Amino acid sequence: MIFTRGDNDDSTSRPTGYAWARALWLAALGLGAQAEANTSNGYNLPLGVTSLSHDIYALHMEVFWVCVGIAVVVFGVMIYALLKFRHSQGAIADTTLLHSTKVEIIWTIVPVIILVAMAIPAAKVILMMEDTRNSELSIRVTGYQWKWEYQYMDAGEGIDFFSTLARDSNFARQLHSGIDPTTVPNYLLEVDKPLVIPSGTKVRLLLTSQDVIHAWWVPDFGAKRSVIPGFVNELWFRVDPGKEGIYRGQCAALCGRDHGFMPIVVDVRTPDDFKKWVGEQKAALKQAAAAAAPPRSAQVLSN
Amino acid sequence: MANAHSSDIAHHDDHSHDQPAKGIKRWLFATNHKDIGTMYLVFSLIMFFIGGAMAMVIRAELFQPGLQLVDPVFFNQMTTTHALVMIFGAVMPAFVGLANWMIPMQIGAPDMALPRMNNFSFWILPFAFTLLLSTLLVPGGAVAGGWTLYPPLSLQSGDSFPMLIFAIHMMGISSIMGAINVIVTIMNMRAPGMNLLKMPLFAWSWLITAYLLIAVMPVLAGAVTMLLTDHFFKTSFFNAAGGGDPVMFEHIFWFFGHPEVYIMILPAFGIISEVLPTFSRKPLFGATSMIYAIASIAFLSFIVWGHHMFADGMPLAAQLFYMMATMLIAVPTGVKVFNWTATMWRGSLSFEPPMLFAIAFLFLFSIGGFSGLMLAIVPADFQYNQTYFVVAHFHYVLVPGAIFGIMAGVYYWLPKWTGHMYNMTLAKAHFWLSAIFVNVLFFPQHFLGLAGMPRRIPDYAVQFTDWNMVSSIGGFAFGLSQILFVIVIVQCARGGQKATSQVWEGTHPTGLEWTLPSPAPYHSFTTAPEIP
Repeated sequence: MIFTRGDNDDSTSRPTGYAWARALWLAALGLGAQAEANTSNGYNLPLGVTSLSHDIYALHMEVFWVCVGIAVVVFGVMIYALLKFRHSQGAIADTTLLHSTKVEIIWTIVPVIILVAMAIPAAKVILMMEDTRNSELSIRVTGYQWKWEYQYMDAGEGIDFFSTLARDSNFARQLHSGIDPTTVPNYLLEVDKPLVIPSGTKVRLLLTSQDVIHAWWVPDFGAKRSVIPGFVNELWFRVDPGKEGIYRGQCAALCGRDHGFMPIVVDVRTPDDFKKWVGEQKAALKQAAAAAAPPRSAQVLSN
Repeated sequence: MANAHSSDIAHHDDHSHDQPAKGIKRWLFATNHKDIGTMYLVFSLIMFFIGGAMAMVIRAELFQPGLQLVDPVFFNQMTTTHALVMIFGAVMPAFVGLANWMIPMQIGAPDMALPRMNNFSFWILPFAFTLLLSTLLVPGGAVAGGWTLYPPLSLQSGDSFPMLIFAIHMMGISSIMGAINVIVTIMNMRAPGMNLLKMPLFAWSWLITAYLLIAVMPVLAGAVTMLLTDHFFKTSFFNAAGGGDPVMFEHIFWFFGHPEVYIMILPAFGIISEVLPTFSRKPLFGATSMIYAIASIAFLSFIVWGHHMFADGMPLAAQLFYMMATMLIAVPTGVKVFNWTATMWRGSLSFEPPMLFAIAFLFLFSIGGFSGLMLAIVPADFQYNQTYFVVAHFHYVLVPGAIFGIMAGVYYWLPKWTGHMYNMTLAKAHFWLSAIFVNVLFFPQHFLGLAGMPRRIPDYAVQFTDWNMVSSIGGFAFGLSQILFVIVIVQCARGGQKATSQVWEGTHPTGLEWTLPSPAPYHSFTTAPEIP
């Protein structure tokens, strides 16, 4: 596989510009920067491991700091008024202060300018998100109550499996199970068979549902789409090379009783390891087909 | 709450209906705007506690990971029913109750224009909510597909489904009749000289809200009726297998749902615009632009529904349009917040309970506005959508927004209704406990959502434990604090220091209601007042 990262280089480097903001945010919460780069620290969005997740994080922090800035000014004025103009301190109301066309115009125009300044970078990211062209690997994702089915296309043609909540999580999550969830590794975020994808590759998911509406979401990829019966939604991501590992997410749309119990686990491997995995899967498929073939043909003959 | 002492009102003695009927008939056959307003408010308070009890079940189950108390289906029934009860049972009837009490008094009218319809629109509600709550008892339990009722999930409901839909139809009929009544009253019964621009902001906010209600409640009725026929009469409006479109339901639902959000906040804007000037001892800053701001918000509310559905797959142009239109709402909302701040500027502020709630509203509603702005940014919305960040956002606008607005209104006008001052110390305690714990309850939910916790799950991965515990503790404390609210109201209804006609002595509140004695006479203005 060839890494085509050139067009995204600027965006992947953008979050570093917000490193100071991140540090401030952490300091404000009185918590250390112990979190890993590729997963959430427990109170903020993850920076993630794709160019889109980086862009989303940057937008998120940008809008967050704009909001903080506005809040400091507006709340500051309010607090000043609350402290300064107290009846108990002998403040006398200035009842002539009723209207001012000038300030009304100012505080209408200034927010418009701020909003436009926020909308332009957001629109750029939307354009990028919607561009699913030139994908290198497509996978069909089907939602069921309450599991996922992954069907590979392109290089993985023929690979098709279900992914459900891991057994020990499933035992522990039963009502009155008596099992302490903290003793279960990756409680509720582990599956029997994860989705395997290569890093550095533009992966496109084609999502649909067999029953009700679900939503496929891996926060570290900045990837979420509703999974709707009768529709095929698309989304794409490219995991940065060097960020191979396990990434976890959950169904994000209420889909009935076990909505909370259909996690998503993605195993990101290097393109070479992925190729090896595809080879193994196909060999296993062939073996299974061969094992299944004789009785079937024998049956045909005997008829 | 209502008074039984109108006999001592001197100027009011020549009318056969000037006395309330005795006993139960007074309430069953009520045509008086104050009696009906009281019933609406009491009803809404009861629903506030029922919906609150459901929230306590939710927070108790989420106190720690693992399932300890309820099974997932019952949990989903709780989230669904909590939302329906709070929206249609607590917030909306509370505003209708306040409208009933205050609009005739504020515009100088004797009563609402359509008193019998008023009676009917109230008395539908106890039946609607008996039906809604009884769904918890039928086989299979209540509807568990979320209050948004998205098909195909909602179509998997059992016997409770048609009951819920009939209940929603009844609530809709009630709301539409209430809205018609408000519009007819305001348009026809203003005292001579009370032109629309002189009308108090609370009446204005309700006039605009009433138009929103009439525009969107039939849309909801249509949407749920289509669900009903899909479920029972083999239609395929939303069934993909039959050529239908499940996303179409979302469009129709949110075409109702987004204006509904403003139905729940605009009257609160009106109340805040009454309370802040009084306790700042200074008229509202930019009153006319406040009215235009409410009208612009109402207009924009019809063209932003798509922002609830960004993650459902939407054409690029639609994403851009809904993002920009949604961000535009920040402009008139900002104008309102700035005008309120300017109202306090160079004022003479005192901090009675209604003012405290209004100030908390200013700060905390703004926080809900900020997270709303963040949610409008489409790419970021993909990460926030369907997480606890959204839960935090809409609870910030609904609890310290709409509900604090209602509480500000109740504390502001309660002495006018009962003729007694209430226990200020207890009311202030209620305020401080509510204001502190509402933040303990909802602020950590921002962190949970950003860290990746989806909403509407009964159990969660262990890294979400700490903030969930904090949130649950805040929830229990906030819930318990509301008992003080009931104590203050009950005490005040039973007696206390006599309130003067101005009630808030020294603040010189403007508005016709303050020219009437406290408690206000049974028929507010039998002769039209002079408008200065």
